[in-house]
Amino acid sequence: MSITLGHYLTLGAILFALSVIGIFLNRKNLIVLLMAIELMLLAVNMNFVAFSHYLGDLNGQIFVFFILTVAAAESAIGLAILVQLFRNKSSINVDELNTLKG
Amino acid sequence: MLFASFRVITARNPVHAALYLVLAFFQASGIWMLLKAEFLSIALVLVYVGAVMVLFLFVVMMLDINIDSIRQGFWKHFPLAATVGAVIALELAAVLLGGFRISEPQKQLAAQVISPAAVTAVAPVDVASAAVDAASAALTTASAADVGHVVVAQASNTKALGVLLYTEYLYPVQVAALILLVGLIAAIALTLRARKDSKFQNAGDQVRVKARDRVELVKMDAVKPAPAAPAAEETKA
Repeated sequence: MSITLGHYLTLGAILFALSVIGIFLNRKNLIVLLMAIELMLLAVNMNFVAFSHYLGDLNGQIFVFFILTVAAAESAIGLAILVQLFRNKSSINVDELNTLKG
Repeated sequence: MLFASFRVITARNPVHAALYLVLAFFQASGIWMLLKAEFLSIALVLVYVGAVMVLFLFVVMMLDINIDSIRQGFWKHFPLAATVGAVIALELAAVLLGGFRISEPQKQLAAQVISPAAVTAVAPVDVASAAVDAASAALTTASAADVGHVVVAQASNTKALGVLLYTEYLYPVQVAALILLVGLIAAIALTLRARKDSKFQNAGDQVRVKARDRVELVKMDAVKPAPAAPAAEETKA
């Protein structure tokens, strides 16, 4: 039994579903929320690379490259905001972030 | 890898979650290596495991977090999470199972286009998925440029990726560099704090200062009046 494209797509789908479950499950922990977002991007990248391999088209890998770039910048800014938040409120609970509520 | 990612979302300690995420990234890198995307798999290890996850670990260890208060709502959200996860899994399964049915003439047409391009989707794989591969590849490899990319891809993955990146995708590369620069500046600007008690010179104020700011001339009388009256009061008393 050889590994087909469907196996990789299934793996990416399960990863994506797991990360969505993780986002809903860890509603209080902002760090784990960021990690779940990283996991979601990894699932999408997995699909991109699998399609790129099975279609013989290199553009998918270029796109994965850009996704990696944007994800790195996003996580850096997210963690910087998280550190500032912890300094101001000394907690990373998402439920307490209602200062902007009118 | 599924176990590792499962532990990422269920681990009690955020440090453990981060380490399991590192494990998941390593396994994903291995899978990408199997998919002949060597450059991306090494870049994944370098960028994610080397930079992003170290950043995560630093932040997790820098902030002392009360774990018990964070874990309070874990099981409260579980039914909602299970429902949403089941819905998403069902949708994805429906797409995966239903999307692979492609009619017979389309498959033959795709197979004809695909054979000169020498793509890696070959015959002995599963029929349904091969049909999808072939049909989509027929769409993407229609132009001559993409066929050229396929030929380049057989030489070296990194070289082909670099050629494609710096010719066709030159402007997106520069936009990505700009995004990284913005991220760098934003992260520093968000977290940098000036110390209140540090001593430094403000050169602008030193240049702009005028003489009248430094020396103040006060008008006052040349001679003090003699205090005669209070003395007379005292002698009377």
